[in-house]
Amino acid sequence: MNSSPQKFEDLSATGDNADGGSLTVEQAIANLESEDLGLRFYAAWWLGRFRISEPAVVTGLIKALEDEADRTPEGGYPLRRNAARALGKLGDRQAVSPLIACLDCSDFYVREAAAQSLEMLGDPVCIPALIKLLAAGLHGEQLVSQQPDLSQPYEAILEALGTLRANEFTSLVKPFLEHPIELVQYAAARAMYQLTEEPAYGERLVKALAGERLQLRRAVLADLGAIGYLPAADAIAQTLAENSLKLISLKGLLEHQVNHTTPTTLSEDAIKVINLMDSLL
Amino acid sequence: MNNSDLAQILIRAVQEADSSERLVDAVQELAAASIEESVPTLIAALGYNNPGAAVAAVDGLIAIGEAAVSPLLELIDDYNYGARAWALRALAGIGDVRALDTLLEAAKTDFSLSVRRAAARGLGTLRWHQVPLEKVESVQTEVLEALLLISQDPEWVVRYAAVTSLETLAIAIAVTLPEQASQITNQLQQILDTDADLGVRTRVKFAQEKIQQQQHQEVFAPKRKLQDTEVEVPHRGGGRR
Repeated sequence: MNSSPQKFEDLSATGDNADGGSLTVEQAIANLESEDLGLRFYAAWWLGRFRISEPAVVTGLIKALEDEADRTPEGGYPLRRNAARALGKLGDRQAVSPLIACLDCSDFYVREAAAQSLEMLGDPVCIPALIKLLAAGLHGEQLVSQQPDLSQPYEAILEALGTLRANEFTSLVKPFLEHPIELVQYAAARAMYQLTEEPAYGERLVKALAGERLQLRRAVLADLGAIGYLPAADAIAQTLAENSLKLISLKGLLEHQVNHTTPTTLSEDAIKVINLMDSLL
Repeated sequence: MNNSDLAQILIRAVQEADSSERLVDAVQELAAASIEESVPTLIAALGYNNPGAAVAAVDGLIAIGEAAVSPLLELIDDYNYGARAWALRALAGIGDVRALDTLLEAAKTDFSLSVRRAAARGLGTLRWHQVPLEKVESVQTEVLEALLLISQDPEWVVRYAAVTSLETLAIAIAVTLPEQASQITNQLQQILDTDADLGVRTRVKFAQEKIQQQQHQEVFAPKRKLQDTEVEVPHRGGGRR
């Protein structure tokens, strides 16, 4: 999140040849087992980026989740991280169990990537494993006393629990509204809204759009888009951030609205969001 | 104090702003004054990597309008795509047809999706009355061809912007170029049927509604005239009864 705004919006998005089009699918799959660790790392990213969800890719990436060759000086697993991230994008549920196993990995970033991808894959079978990680930050139904606790990727875990509708664990999500890290608070608010649909949690995010730091406002735009919180529309359009991010956020509201109403005609709310989006193009 | 003195004070405030918030405030004040002299400073503010300042500067440039077009076209930053996107947004907001070639090229070929998006939008906000009458149809056809191409961009937001412009163009040419107008309605239907993105498809539905509303109005107006004449027929023929 600390890259410049242009990078933020354009890096992952230019399309086919600017960033890696020289690879073919066959090459990328072969590169997952290359002697050159750099090529493996890049191939895993590339296959996810271009959503190549062929069986051989899924198998190769699942295998890469147990890679031992590529290590950082701190003991991290760069290839596992990229493989975990890619598997979330490919939408193949074969990856669910191997990703659940990654939640026990010693590398924080592998656990984070696994939680994010499990959220994307949408299979609630991973909820108990996510709760186990979340509980590391809790004494009963309160946050552990030593704060800020950075031992687990709470942001990703909370977001996944919200998306996966882990309703029976609402009481374990709620304490994280008080976490000292703002991004974790927002993730908790986002999850609480998804679990309870109480507007107070949406409003908590709307309030954060008026915050001082651009980086946090960007994160909140993503959260509001993800939950499709319609009353935030005007605040999203007005917050000081890149139009690209506001447009993505408003698109989340629009799609949520369309998905939850009869498809024959556009509702007034949908039209309102469209008009705001048009004004930001 | 005359405008020039005021401009100098406000410009200096922008140059001396030492925090993000002060910069936003200073650019907002300069933009609100709407003085031509401030155009280069406002354009510079598009490149500060500060979205608040850029939004204010775009608003200011749009308010100044035609006088800002040449400097925008001259000073467009080829090396900073953030600034370029904001500059194209300003040009789109002004709608001056002098920007046409810049908009066409940017919409079709710029590598930055935010630049392509702003340019695609700008192609739908051109003020057609500025084009000499004998050239309007050929220019509109050129814009249509560009929009049909851009509406297949790999990025959803560029396709979304292209749809907004196809909508306004379809309405603008409904009577003068009916064949091209129906090309647009066909393309919109195809996007609705095939686009992977729900947001884009939803925008297409909205465009279709707007175009239909327009058609109703067009059909309704001549019909009323027809009815008027029909009313006269029995009146005139009344003597035969």
